[in-house]
Parts: sequence; structure tokens; C-alpha cells
Amino acid sequence: MTAETAIRVRGLRKAYGDVHVLRGVDLDVPRGSVFALLGSNGAGKTTAVRILSTLLTADTGTATVHGFDVAAQAAEVREVISLTGQFAAVDEILSGRENLVLVARLRHLKNAGRIADELLARFALADAGRRRASTYSGGMRRRLDVAMSLIGNPPVVFLDEPTTGLDPEGRMEVWRTVKDLARGGATVLLTTQYLEEAEHLADRIAILHEGRIIANGTLAELKQLMPAATVEYVEKQPGLEEIFLAIIGTAGGGREAARDGAAASDWKERR
Amino acid sequence: MTIRALGDTAVLTGRSLRHIVRSPDTIITTAVMPIAFLLLFVYVFGGAIDTGSGSYVNYLLPGILLITVASGIAYTAYRLFLDLKGGIVDRFQSMPIARSSVLWAHVLTSLVANAVSLIVVVGVALLMGFRTGAGVSSWLAVTGILTAFTLALTWIAVVAGLSAKSVDGASAFSYPLIFLPFISSAFVPTETMPGPVRWFAENQPVTSIVNTIRGLFAQQPVGDDIWAAVGWCVGILVVAYGCSAVIYRRRVG
Ligand SMILES: Nc1ncnc2c1ncn2[C@@H]1O[C@H](COP(=O)(O)OP(=O)(O)O)[C@@H](O)[C@H]1O
Ligand SMILES: [Mg+2]
Repeated sequence: MTAETAIRVRGLRKAYGDVHVLRGVDLDVPRGSVFALLGSNGAGKTTAVRILSTLLTADTGTATVHGFDVAAQAAEVREVISLTGQFAAVDEILSGRENLVLVARLRHLKNAGRIADELLARFALADAGRRRASTYSGGMRRRLDVAMSLIGNPPVVFLDEPTTGLDPEGRMEVWRTVKDLARGGATVLLTTQYLEEAEHLADRIAILHEGRIIANGTLAELKQLMPAATVEYVEKQPGLEEIFLAIIGTAGGGREAARDGAAASDWKERR
Repeated sequence: MTIRALGDTAVLTGRSLRHIVRSPDTIITTAVMPIAFLLLFVYVFGGAIDTGSGSYVNYLLPGILLITVASGIAYTAYRLFLDLKGGIVDRFQSMPIARSSVLWAHVLTSLVANAVSLIVVVGVALLMGFRTGAGVSSWLAVTGILTAFTLALTWIAVVAGLSAKSVDGASAFSYPLIFLPFISSAFVPTETMPGPVRWFAENQPVTSIVNTIRGLFAQQPVGDDIWAAVGWCVGILVVAYGCSAVIYRRRVG
């Protein structure tokens, strides 16, 4: 374990009854990087994230976050992480601002009100801040959810399928947030079903399949492993979305880079 | 509990109290059924029920108060269930907060909500002619017993909320608790009941609690009933709290 490793996972196994979800997962996430855990529905991404965020205990294997063992030093791990679960976990009866103040208080921060107002502005929720979260759209709810996770600037951020169910614009916003986080020096582990999303955001990508990591590397490294058929499937993903964005005139950008097969870093430089 | 646990519990209790303030109907729904029973039994059945000297509303109120609590705690199970289902408990548990604060916040909120419902029901009873000469110490004793009873039942509600698979399941557990007072000394004296029913009525928790509160309101000696009442409340509390802790640990780690 070096100081450069934010998350280290070795031989992680988890079964629910007879369903062996994780069958020996190994991972190393360097500090300050964006790491994508890519897998289809049911691959075990949420299970892995829940173990890393101390919500679930593994059957065997070890996982450490900033050197703290997730099982034995759960309290220390919770001090350095934040979790944005697969489904937005906001309090519907409270307003957006009250949700943020609640989390700031639970993180024992002073100036909870000021922190809330700053985040509302940053996530374009200032106008809706005093409305109940139950009146929010899916995208707004997700933004609030992510904003709640960033309170206290945790150095390690888990995002479980942060863009699933969002419209293209909502997805862009989450992508921007992830990039901001990375620029701010946080380690981000995100899960996704979309290779395209991993491509755009991640420094490294690991593919979880049938309980194991079957590929792990930078985008360039993975591209060499990829059979042509997979690439074609990925090519289809942004199609509709690009049309949509073209019609509503939002500057999405970056898609061409992916199409050219250029590395994700090209895309980053454009931003 | 450490200072930090108290602070976290206070923040989370503030949150769920807001839920109640924003849906005051939960307080009203809680109070409606006991008030309906009160009206029904005092003005419809009461004339045919012989409880000896004294007004029937005075006789009836203690049992009605227990029914109020039994119906009120269903909301605790309901809110806890929704919190678990909505993922907000996961969010709290992945944060550096005291582990016990999530459940205690729901429990303290239940105490406050039930206290408000109880005050409403007592207010209606006063309008219907309920009178007591109870002094401060008797009122304190009544408050203490009702608090212990609410705490005990609330921890049962926590068990229900933690283990429920559906919203309906989360509140269905309270029905037997609501009807338990009917087979007790709450509505009619137990001497009128046939053997086995009478045995059950006299040995289940509600009767000793009802008799204690009734005695305190009537300024009569409560004898052994108060110790049985306290024993039942503490016993249920300890068992339900233990079960909650085990289930909670298993469920959210
Ligand atoms: N609590 C549970 N009990 C039983 N099976 C579960 C439970 N949670 C998840 N599973 C199963 O484990 C597998 C992996 O689930 P999950 O980690 O949610 O995958 P992903 O997030 O990649 O979609 C799925 O087959 C799912 O049905
Ligand atoms: Mg998942």
C-alpha cells in the first residue's frame, strides 16, 4: 500500500445466498484519479460500492480506503468518503436547502446555511432551494443528491451510476461535476453501464463481469483489448443523444473525439 | 451516549419533527380513532355498561389513551420504512455520525407526536366531562407511565419498520396493539368476563397500566398495579430495543 493509493481492494467476495456476486475482485485506485467501474446491470457494481462505503460487509477479502480497512475501521473510512447511491437519496419533505443544511450539520460543519447557499448556486438550484425536493425533476433531484455528497469536501467520492435515468443535459451536468471534483484533487470512483461515460470521465476503467475484474487499464489500454463488436455497440449510444442535443442547441462537445477513437484526454483538454 | 451522539440525534430529530409539522394530518388521524371510541362508548354503549360509581368517561379515558399511543406509533414504523426504502438511511450511515442516532431520532419524534395526540384526546375528554382531582405528582406519574408505554411500543414499531417488506406491512403490526385494550379492564371491569378471557385480560399488560392511570386520576391507591405496569413497560422496551438493535445491525451494518 503506497500513499498514492486511495482505494485498494484485494480478493473481495460477496454472495447473497447462492448468488455469488463478487468472486474475487482486485482494484487499485490512485489518489486524485477518476476511476470507472464498468459493468452491465446486475454485475455487482452497487454491491462493491456498498462494501467500500461501509454499508455492507464482504464475505472475504480486504478493502482499504486511505489506508483504513472498511470493515475494521469503518468510522475512519466514513470520515474520508461520501456516497451518492444509485437512487437519489434526498429527503422529499424538506426543501433543497434544508437537505443541504441537514447534511452539513451531520458533518459537524459550522456555517451550514452558507455552505447550503453556495452549493445551491453551484448546482443551479438557487431558485428552487426553498421548494420541497418532492417537486424537483429527476435531474434536479440528482443534482441535489450529488451536492449533498460534496459537503465537507470528502477526499474520496463514490458515485453509483450517477447519470442513469438522467436526460442528456442532466448527464452533462453530472459530468461537469465529476471533472470539477477531479480538478479539485478528489479521488472519484464511479460506476456506470455506459462505456461512453467511462471514456469521457475516467483516467482508468475496470470492467466487472461475472464477479471479477476482467479488464483494467487506461482507455487506450482497453481499446486494444476490445473486440470490434463492442465498439460498435458503444458507437450507438450517443447517437440519439447527439441528435437531441443538436436540436435543442446545447453545446455538448467531445463526442467527435470519441468517435475518432482518440483518447479521453483529448476531450478533457477541450473543456 | 456521547456529546456527538446527542448532537447527531438532535439534528435528525429536528428533521423528522419537520416531517410531522408538514403533515399534521398524521397527528389528527392518530387522534380521530380514539376520539371516535370515546364518543361511541360514552354516548352509545356507556349507559349499558356498569362500572360502579363514577362517570364512565373517567373510567374509559385511560384505555383510550393507550389506544391513542398504539395507533400513533404506526407512523414511526411507516416513516422508518420510507427512510430505509428511499436510501436516506444509507446516506446517513455512510457518514461519520453516531450509529444509534438514526433510530433514536425516530423514537424521540414518536414521543413528541404521541404527546401531542394524547393532549388532543385528553382535551376532548375534558369537553365530554372527564374530571380529575389529581395533583402534580399524580399527573407526573401518569405522564411517566404513558412515556414508558410510548417508548416500549415505539421500539416495537422500530422492529416493524426495520423488518417490513411493504408500506402496509409497516403499519399492520399496530392493529393487534390497538385492539388489546378491548380485552382488558379498559372498557368494562374484568369480573364480567368468562374464565379464560378474564384470566387473559387480568394478566396482559394493558390492564395493569389502565388500572394504574385510573387510580392516579381518581386519587386512589394504585397498589401493585403500578409495579406491574412499570415492569411490563420496561420489559417490552428492553426486548424490543434489543431486537431493533440486532435487526438494524444486520440490515445496515
Ligand atoms: N440484498 C440482496 N439480496 C439478494 N440478491 C441481491 C441483493 N442485492 C443485490 N443482489 C443481486 O446481486 C446481483 C448484483 O447486484 P448489484 O450489485 O446491485 O449490481 P449492479 O449494481 O451492477 O446492477 C444482482 O443479481 C442482484 O439481483
Ligand atoms: Mg447498481
